[in-house]
Amino acid sequence: MNAIRKLSMLLLFLAAPAMAIASGDSVHLDKAPVDLKDNVSLQRGVKLFTSRCLACHSASYMRYNRLRDIGMTEEQIKKNLELPEDVKLGSTMQAAMDVNTAKLAFGVAPPDLSVIARSRSPDWIYTYLRSFHVDNKRPGSSNNAIFPNVAMPNVLGDLQGEQELRIEKHEGRETSKLVLRKPGSMKPAEFDVAIADLTSYLVYMGEPAKLVRYNLGYIVLGFLSILFVLMYALKKEIWKDIH
Amino acid sequence: MKLLHKLLGWIDARFPLTSTWKAHASEYYAPKNFNFWYFFGSLALLVLVIQFVSGIFLTMNYKPDALFAFASVEYIMRDVQWGWLLRYIHSTGASMFFVVVYLHMFRSLMYGSYRKPRELLWMIGMIIYLTLMAEAFMGYLLPWGQMSFWGAQVIVNLFSSVPYIGHDLAILIRGDFVVSDTTLNRFFALHVAAIPLILVLIVVAHLVALHEVGSNNPDGIEIKKHKDANGHPLDGIPFHPYYTVKDGVGAVGFLIIFCAILFFAPDMGGYFLEYNNFVPANPMKTPEHIAPVWYFTPYYAILRAVPPMFGSQFPGVVAMGVGTVIFFFLPWLDRGKVKSIRYRGTVYKVFLALFVVSFLGLGWLGTLPATPAYTVISRILAVVYFAFFLLMPWYTRIDKTKHEPDRVTSK
Repeated sequence: MNAIRKLSMLLLFLAAPAMAIASGDSVHLDKAPVDLKDNVSLQRGVKLFTSRCLACHSASYMRYNRLRDIGMTEEQIKKNLELPEDVKLGSTMQAAMDVNTAKLAFGVAPPDLSVIARSRSPDWIYTYLRSFHVDNKRPGSSNNAIFPNVAMPNVLGDLQGEQELRIEKHEGRETSKLVLRKPGSMKPAEFDVAIADLTSYLVYMGEPAKLVRYNLGYIVLGFLSILFVLMYALKKEIWKDIH
Repeated sequence: MKLLHKLLGWIDARFPLTSTWKAHASEYYAPKNFNFWYFFGSLALLVLVIQFVSGIFLTMNYKPDALFAFASVEYIMRDVQWGWLLRYIHSTGASMFFVVVYLHMFRSLMYGSYRKPRELLWMIGMIIYLTLMAEAFMGYLLPWGQMSFWGAQVIVNLFSSVPYIGHDLAILIRGDFVVSDTTLNRFFALHVAAIPLILVLIVVAHLVALHEVGSNNPDGIEIKKHKDANGHPLDGIPFHPYYTVKDGVGAVGFLIIFCAILFFAPDMGGYFLEYNNFVPANPMKTPEHIAPVWYFTPYYAILRAVPPMFGSQFPGVVAMGVGTVIFFFLPWLDRGKVKSIRYRGTVYKVFLALFVVSFLGLGWLGTLPATPAYTVISRILAVVYFAFFLLMPWYTRIDKTKHEPDRVTSK
């Protein structure tokens, strides 16, 4: 019993830093409904990714043929993602625009997105991509509510429609709110699902091993638990004469 | 069977196989009353082996080059078969090494394991701890992410605050005026060859010293005082098979925790793998908040708690250095009549508890940005941290201790 108490203390000691970080940023982020078991969602996500993001951003560590992980055949990868003839399935995802052109156009090189979901949280990505709004003071007439003055233009505007950032005063406190002023080709709920798909895909792409490591973890822990019982029995047997 | 016996005889005539086995395992007598806290020595050895094996395989695929380092880590994570597992074993192992070593050191504080005749054993252990810090620090540069780069930049810059020789010293460590490809190359060489070699040598020295004086135990009394007719301690039991199986149980229990982290939370909420380290190193862009990995944060907090004097950071660096090195003097700072916390008085218990609070508190504050309020708390905790050591000669002497038993007790 005593050992269990100490063990739980040890676990608490390990978990303490994780709890500390939970109370961090002040910006409110929406919870991203990420589901890595949903292959259909991931497949929709990669389609949106290759058609929109890959124009400027690369994913230099992600190979097209890796998409078999999420249930796509080589045929589907080529057809659904509309890959040009010269792109080999074993190659990594490269941006259509070259870096120097992008630098000229936006002032900065668009960051590689391979591990973006690991440096930025999924919630941040999910909120960020839904927070573009009209701002005529910015080049490209768009800005972002959680990443002010971001160099990236609103490339999803035709889907989402035009959003406006409204500052409202409530009892002396300023709150900002995004309001849809012109609808896009998707309904707001549809757009949220599309961005959730994209976010899920980015989470998968950030760490493809995530699809297998949980299941493997259960097997390993199962094996170790049995081994623990056997080791404990062996120890009891050998120690039975020690008082 | 007879042939095997003959073979053993042949070897023993040429190499001390049986006698070594007897001296260090089957006839090495350890106190029979070891408790939970005595698992961490063997666990540290287990983690060392885990780090060696996973590290060797990582080295086969990693490229120590500023242009390719970050990409080669992602290559390991994606394209190398089981590469992600190797990498997570190694990164989890690094943090768990410090968890285990800190608990191992805490055990010594509780039961007075550093006291006579184990002063040298304790000091060799402290050298292991400092070497491990160097090993971890250099290893952390290798993924070449933003935290790798800027963490190394900040730490190496500390050396440049040393009066007179600081500037040259920092250049000597980096091999360049800033952290660069050259730094990455030499840190790689030190991380995979030089320091592991030193580590193995001093770990062996630690074990040799341990087996010379024998283990302490939760009662803090010497089992060698009472021996049977054969000269074996009455309260001792042979290390093998008793402690090999017991440590085996501990090892499997530890591996369960280890694998739970490895498979279900390898980044441990940003503490084992920092989120910002998934951004490639960029010398032109300083991150807003640079924090070392959690096992260095208590000392980082001490560093920041000391205000700069005469326009120099050096006093803080000295405080941080003294904070680690002060452990060496424990055997002579402690004037208590008894070793174990079981027979010490309230005063020692209060000071030890305050020390734990200060260490964990500083560790937590070291991960956060330094706000004025946090700096005040850091200063208070840093004073508590040093008070534990500096006041020890006084409070261990006035402490009302209980009478030690003659023979070990089992709980």
